[in-house]
Amino acid sequence: MTAKQGPPSTPPAIRTEGLTKVFGSRMALRGINLEVQQGQSLVIFGPNGAGKTTLIKILATITNPSSGTFSVDGLDVKNHPEDVRRRIGIVTHQTFLYGNLTAYENLEFYSRMFDVPGRKERIHELAEQLGMTYRLHDRVATLSRGMQQRFSIARALLHKPSVMLLDEPETGLDQEALAILWKALPGENERKRTIILATHNLERGLELGDRLVILDRGKIVYDGLREVMDLRNLEEVYRNATGANN
Amino acid sequence: MTFWNKVIAITWKDWLSEMRTREVVSSVLVFTLLVILIFTLAFGADRELMTTVAPGILWATFAFAGVLSFSRSFVPEKEHGCLEGLMAAPISREVIYAGKGLSSLLFMLIVEAIALPAFAFFSNVPVLSPQIILVTFVTTVGFVAVGTLFSALSANTRAREMVLPVLFLPIVIPILISAIKVSELALTGEPWSNLFTWFQIIGAFDLVFLAVSYLVFDFVIVE
Repeated sequence: MTAKQGPPSTPPAIRTEGLTKVFGSRMALRGINLEVQQGQSLVIFGPNGAGKTTLIKILATITNPSSGTFSVDGLDVKNHPEDVRRRIGIVTHQTFLYGNLTAYENLEFYSRMFDVPGRKERIHELAEQLGMTYRLHDRVATLSRGMQQRFSIARALLHKPSVMLLDEPETGLDQEALAILWKALPGENERKRTIILATHNLERGLELGDRLVILDRGKIVYDGLREVMDLRNLEEVYRNATGANN
Repeated sequence: MTFWNKVIAITWKDWLSEMRTREVVSSVLVFTLLVILIFTLAFGADRELMTTVAPGILWATFAFAGVLSFSRSFVPEKEHGCLEGLMAAPISREVIYAGKGLSSLLFMLIVEAIALPAFAFFSNVPVLSPQIILVTFVTTVGFVAVGTLFSALSANTRAREMVLPVLFLPIVIPILISAIKVSELALTGEPWSNLFTWFQIIGAFDLVFLAVSYLVFDFVIVE
């Protein structure tokens, strides 16, 4: 079952074709075919080991699929890997920040990597948005986990990505930081940002997503629109699809 | 930004981090000076013997100093998933290799710039000759070409400290032998022309391993 929406003329934000990933003798992903439309919020649920993180890592080009391919905004990752990365922002439970550098130095480093124009202004703008200007020049190692995660959000948003990948972002984030993240997610450009969120949290996912996917043992076992679902239904569908309680 | 601007940004980030902690340079420098001191105390009384064994001592020290330095090279990248952050950036994997390699080269050259005069001082062997300075530079480039690749490879393994020397040392044997030969000939006052063959071997090694490491780095860092 595949849910689609949006004008047919624009390429989908993400299209995957037969993505598989094998680790030794274990198959983490088994032929994932997905089409995520521009501006859509896709939430991926699944038990531990379902392949959520592996899928996010492949889409972020951090790891290569064993077979299959994908494109972002119509750009094939094999032919345009750098253009694909330029369109993607990623937040995971890891911050991707260097502990010995200050938050500002970290953000400046990543803005150089992403060719962000007006680096200084952009960093200050994001720090202000996240309420973290007062800790901008402190070393990351001296910041609390929640503060590090806020700067991690700033890192992911620096280059105004059109696609945001979120892998269990709730880990280490306090309620305020989560609220900031959800507020910043829809996008600063004219175009609504496409979001792919992998989470265990059915309630949170239901709140954010307009399309819900359940992944189990590397396969998509459910794919449907949010509008036909409430939490009780989702819990039942999840139980039936995975055989697990959330 | 061009390729080299991003390479320099990675090196600058490593340099900044190193200046805060002095983890790599200070530990490698202390190790190097201690080894030099121990050997010069053991052989230093006999000037002739010292001149004979000096090239071996020097290059064994630099090779192990390299292992120590490279074993730390990718540690900051693995903490908090920073390597994944770099891999998600719109840069080719080769930029990461070149940036990390340049950082390692810088750190090794700083250590050697202090260690060579120290060795000359303690051993009273004239190792500060242009030939030995040049061979130190070109051999270090070879060490870094191989070391950066294996450092990235071993960073993904649990027994990092064991894996790196086992991979690194056998591969660098050709340049290690060549560097010892150049140093030996330089210490006996041989002209540049007699050292040329050994320099050629080191130069060829550097080129081959820089090219190979550059090309295979993508496969090494991606799971």
